[in-house]
This record gives sequence, C-alpha cells and structure tokens, in this order.
Amino acid sequence: MIPELGTLSLIIALLLSAAQSFFGLAGAHRNRLSWMQVVTPAVAGVWVFVALSFGILTYSFITNDFSVGYVAGNSNSALPLVYRIAAVWGAHEGSLLLWILILSTWALLVAGLSSSLPVAFRARVLGVLGLIGLGFMSFTLLTSSPFTRLLPAAADGADLNPILQDPALAIHPPMLYMGYVGTSVAFSFAVAAMLAGRIDAGWARWTRPWTVAAWMCLTCGIALGSWWAYYELGWGGWWFWDAVENASFMPWLASTALIHSLAVTEKRGLFRSWTLLLAIFAFSLSLLGTFLVRSGILVSVHSFASDPARGLYILALLMFFIVGSLTLYAFRAPSLKGGGGFELVSRESFLLLNNALLVAAALLILVGTLWPLAMDAFNLGKISVGPPYFNMVFLVPALPLVMLLGIGMHAGWKRASLQTFRRKLLAIAGVAGVLALATALIGFGSFGVPLTVLGFAAGCFVMGSALIEPVQQWRRGQGLPRAALGMAIAHFGVGMFVIGVTGVASYKIEKDVGLAAGDSATVAGYTFKFLGTQPVSGPNYEAIEGRVAVSRGATPVTELATQKRTYRVQQNPMTHAGIDVAWNRDLFVALGDELGADKWSLRLQYKPLVRYIWLGALVAAIGGLVAILDRRYRVRRTTAVPAAAPGSASTVA
Amino acid sequence: MWRHFAPAAAFLALGGLFAFALMRIGQGRLDVHEIRSPLLGRPAPTFVLPSVTDPSRLVDTKALAGRMYVVNVWGTWCGGCREEHSALMAIAHSTTVPIIGIDWKDDGQQARLYLAQLGNPYQQVAADRDGRVAIDWGVYGAPETFLVSSSGVVLEKQVGPLSEALWAEKFGRYLQGEGGS
Repeated sequence: MIPELGTLSLIIALLLSAAQSFFGLAGAHRNRLSWMQVVTPAVAGVWVFVALSFGILTYSFITNDFSVGYVAGNSNSALPLVYRIAAVWGAHEGSLLLWILILSTWALLVAGLSSSLPVAFRARVLGVLGLIGLGFMSFTLLTSSPFTRLLPAAADGADLNPILQDPALAIHPPMLYMGYVGTSVAFSFAVAAMLAGRIDAGWARWTRPWTVAAWMCLTCGIALGSWWAYYELGWGGWWFWDAVENASFMPWLASTALIHSLAVTEKRGLFRSWTLLLAIFAFSLSLLGTFLVRSGILVSVHSFASDPARGLYILALLMFFIVGSLTLYAFRAPSLKGGGGFELVSRESFLLLNNALLVAAALLILVGTLWPLAMDAFNLGKISVGPPYFNMVFLVPALPLVMLLGIGMHAGWKRASLQTFRRKLLAIAGVAGVLALATALIGFGSFGVPLTVLGFAAGCFVMGSALIEPVQQWRRGQGLPRAALGMAIAHFGVGMFVIGVTGVASYKIEKDVGLAAGDSATVAGYTFKFLGTQPVSGPNYEAIEGRVAVSRGATPVTELATQKRTYRVQQNPMTHAGIDVAWNRDLFVALGDELGADKWSLRLQYKPLVRYIWLGALVAAIGGLVAILDRRYRVRRTTAVPAAAPGSASTVA
Repeated sequence: MWRHFAPAAAFLALGGLFAFALMRIGQGRLDVHEIRSPLLGRPAPTFVLPSVTDPSRLVDTKALAGRMYVVNVWGTWCGGCREEHSALMAIAHSTTVPIIGIDWKDDGQQARLYLAQLGNPYQQVAADRDGRVAIDWGVYGAPETFLVSSSGVVLEKQVGPLSEALWAEKFGRYLQGEGGS
C-alpha cells in the first residue's frame, strides 16, 4: 500500500508541475496577475509531494520491503542502514527520483529567495523550471518507476553494488546532481529573459549567485568522485577520462565560463548573447550527461542498465529543451548588440580569453567522448579515444588559462593599466619561479617531466596573485567585499589544484611487488614491511586484510591495513586501499592477488602533493560560497523592484 | 540572422546522431558493449614498429609467419592492463606461443619501467606511439588480445583484461598441439 502512495504522490507532483509551468508561462504571457500568483503555492506543493514520494521510497528501503522491485534489486537485509538509505539513489529509477527532488528543491529556493524579482520574470523562471520537472516526472512515471511491485516478493534483496558502499560515494551523486540540476536555474533565468525580451545587467546579477551555487556543488561532486576513485578503485589514479566523468566535467567547464561571462554582462552589459548561450550550454551539457549515463549509448563504468526506450524519451526531452531554447535564442540574439567597447588590455579581454579557452576545452572533450559512438553508429569501425588524447586537449587550453589567470585577476574594466600591479606581479612571478625550482630540486630532487617547473610556477603565481588584494586590504585595515574575497579564495584553490596535479604527475612512484610476510620493499625512501594477512569479516562481506608497517630509516611512520573484500551477495571483489596522509604526500598500499607460497602482490605508491588536488577543489568551492554571500545580492534584491519597473514590458506589479 | 541558428542546428544534428544510434541499438544492429571484430577469420594486419625494449631494433610480424602467435595491446596508462598483467605472465610461462605486445600510445621510458617492475611476458614489444597500428587491428580500448594462426588468420579476440580462466576458455581450444596451453 505504501509504495502505491509513492506513485500517487509523484502523480500529484506531476499535475502540480503542469500547473506551475502553465500558470507561470501563460500568466506572464497574458499578463494575468492572478495566474502568476498561483505559481509559488504550486512550487511548494510540488516540493511537498516529491519529498513525500522520495520519503516513501526511503522508507521502503529502511524497512526492507522486498516486494518493491527496485528495493529488491538494490538492497539487502544485511546492508547497513546508512547504505540502505544511500541505496535509494544507487540505480537508475531512484536516482531519477533524487534528480527530481533536487530540481524541485532548487525551484523552491528560487521561489523563496526571489520575491523581489519582477513578478512576470519570476513567474516565467518558475514556469520553465516547472516544465523541466514535468518532463522528468513523466519520464519517471512512464518508463522508470521505482515503485513497481515485485510479486511474489523476493525473500531477500540482491544487495547494493559493492562499489557504491562507501561514504564518499553515498554523497557523491546528491552533490553532483545538485550541481547538474542547479544549472537549470541559470537556464530558466536565460529562457525567461529571452521570453520577456529583456536581457540586461539585472538579469545577469540575479543569475550569478545561482550559477555560482550550482558550480560549487558540481565542483564538490566531481572532487568527491575523483577522491573516491583514488582510494576505492585500488590503483591510485584520480581522473580517468571515463565517458561519464567527461559528462560531468563538460557542464563544469561551461558553468565556469558562464560565471566569468556573467561578471562581464553584469558589470559592463557586454557579451550578452554569449552569456545567454553559455547558460543554455551549461544546462544542455548537464542534460547530455544524464542522457549518456542512462541511455546505454556509451560504455562506461558508470552506466545504468541500458534501455533504448528510455534513451529515446530522454533524447526527446533533451532536444525539446536544448533546440527549443536555442531557437528562441536565434530569434533574440540579433537584437542584442553589444554596448560599450573595451581596450585590448582590459579585464573584458582576459575574461573573453578565459571563456574561449574553457569552451574550447569543453568542445574538444565533447568530440573525444562522442567520436567513437559516431564512428560506431555509422559502421565506420570501432575506435577508442584514450587518456593520451584527453590529457593533451585539456592541457593545451588549461596551461594558458592558468597563466593568464594570475594577471587577469588584476586587470581593470574597460582599459587596464597593470601599472599599479606590475611590480607586485613581477615580484610574485619571480618568487613563484624560485619556489617552483626549489620545490622541484630540493623538495623532490629532480626537474621531473618537462612541464614540472612550469606547473609549480604557474600554481604558485596564481596563489600569490590571488593573495595580493586580500593582503593589501588587510594591511590597510579594511575588509574586502565578499565577492572579491570569494574570487580570491577560489583562484587560490585553482593554484593549489595546479600544484597538486603537477606534483603527482611529475613525481609519483608506483611499484607492484610480490611480498611474503616479513619481506619489505622500498619506495621513495619509505620501507614497506609486509606483516602478513588475516581474514576479517564485515557486515555483508568477507575480506582478507593485509597489514603493512611503513618506516623511514629507523623511524616508524605508520601501519597500514588494506583489504580485498568479497561481498556475500554479489561476490564482486573490491579493493580497499590503506593510505597514510601527510601534508606533502600520500603513501598508498593496495592488496593484490595471492601469488602462491604465502606471497601476495601489493601495489605500493608514493603520491606527492596529491591531497592538493581535492583540497584545491574544496577551497575553490568555498570561494564560491563566500562570493554568494556578498552583500549586493541581498541589498539590491530588496530595491530591485522599483529599479526594474520603468519601461519594462515584463513588470506587472 | 541565420548564423544565430547555428547552435540549434548543431545540437539538432547531435540529436540526430543519438536517435540514429539508439534506433540501431533497438534493432539490435548496434551493440556498444559487444565489440564485434571484422578481423575474426581474416588475415591479421602486419606491422613493423620499433621495439620498446631496444629502440634500435624493429618488431616485424613477417618474422612470425608460419607460427601461431598472440598479440596483446596494452599501455602503462591503462588500468585493465595492470589487472591482466599477472595472468599474462602466467600464460607466457605455460605456453610456447609467443606473445607480441603492442605498447599503445605510450611513453617508451615508462613502458620499460613498467616491464622492469612487473615482469615482461612478451617475446617482443612494439611501440605504437601514434596508434596507427592499433587502428589497423580495430582496437577499441586497451587491453585487447588477439590470437593469430600459423597461416596468419585472426582466430580469436578478447576485449578487456585477460585471466587464466578466460585464456583457457576462449583460446585454449586453438592451442592443442601448439606446445601446451
């Protein structure tokens, strides 16, 4: 009975979404205030019923209701409670419900925090969000209901995929979806502005905090996934250019570009059509990611069960939103002639370069991801595009991007004279160069690969450059506006990330050894002594645990435990690595196969500076958070209505 | 005016591609998971490439004419290759059929380091730096393993990591009378 209530709630939410989009869009079009006033309660209603539906599915998981097919397929009575909850989004149907819950939460936030927007504009934004919700709810109900009964009920469940039974992976999808789905807000703002025919600085200012919020979640989500892959897949890489990783990375690149181009549109009224296009692209690439994961069209470790019928449905949705909005764009763009000009050396040019490089990277990754599919579909043969391609096409735009970042941050609008900063920038560049050489030669004892010193220098330069303004203001005893502070923090994070990537790529040492208990091996000056194995058992798995004592010279460093787990139901082996973390390096031990005669293969790795990859991402996300809290988003919000009213076709109240 | 329609047209084309691919998947005419090889039963592509272990020498498949051999496509950047490495070592020990490695889009230095650390199961390893030869072999993703008959015909193919069990199951039957399996 209870699962049926879940379906019913979702149907009610679907109907309310239809009301939300109809009254939002038609109300604004026909200028009917009473219609537009229905929208906010509809948004709240949608949220309540989606949350109820989600809660019911969660309840079915918690109570081990194996008469629900989805629960039986993805849970087990021995599964710990926290993973029974995470299992709700462990496969296609439930994760789609999570997608919808997050969408309706974003809509609720927009409805709640935008009471100062012009009424018609707000109604259109919520109307478009309602339309997106309508599409995905109908998709869920028609092709992918998580509430479908399994009769007779299963005695026990097939268990959650073991690779998902991990704390980082339990929160990775919600985080990532908040980012993916969050791009729908910028998209809806763009479509609403195009429908109203009013694309101005106000639009850019309203869109910015939402875009940054989505970008923040996307950054955290991607970083979590990368961190998880590092310690759980058992071989210590942190990015694999898997098709689905690319699918999450492309919207990230597009939203990063969007954040920067929104700044230009807000401050200078320029790049308006480009900014609109980016807002559409960011959401389109998110939808594309959803499509690629769920249609079974690409081969990836992330793929959900494939079903061409589902694929066609999402494809139709995808095309409706993307081609529809881009057609609208084509009609509006000609009227968007740029305002004032800017000099060759100005913040505008730097941001234009930033956008060009980010979009180029996204397009090259898109081509690399889809090329094999295109070749295959037209019977031109099966080809593979591997990491060498992606590393190359990413490094080429990323390197100038990072180097220009350090300078561009300090360029003024319209026409920059870097005079005021020239001496500081030169000094920082000099210090960065020396630091880079010192890190390479003294810290690691070699020049590493060709780009090592350049990478360290670029990272140090960006970090130093990001600090100029905060330090200056602090010495004057003044605070920095939160937006500027947020920008500085985020860019500082980028510098940390670059240093982490450079360190790992240049100096990592990976060694696979066969050791019997008591044997030892040396990696990067650390001695790893294998202490032997013992069987251990977890709640729903059996494991063999290997212990390794690590010492440096005569000083013991740590003792690491690494497991090779076999989950009872699904029987897949999983490696659980033992990792010792320090500020300057990770030591990584993963247990491999038994080689016979009590010998085990072990993978020993020395990963210098690897933490800065994820720490940098986290710092960048914190920068985003600080920027969202800027006063102007709150102060102007309360004064926006009178300012926007004159001459506005879209203002009703 | 029309140029503003370019983004919409581009995405429409992309949608067309997806629809086409989905249709073919639906009709069972395209299977992205199963990698058919047009090579099976056909003459194996020949190649001459520099050797990884000794860059001054060449690896030439003509020298293998008249005997059965295995071609294994790998790279140090490929996780599945590490996974299958111990199986390859065991296979190399248990059979007299030579295993020829194609080191795909890889760095020679790293490849030598890899083989020095993990052991070298290959009779010869060829460096396919730009991936041209891998294309001739229809390689979809590393690792891939091919068995070539003494008459130069591709007999069997494995996509993805090999294990000793898989080796015995897929390749074993061709190896009777070839000096053990």
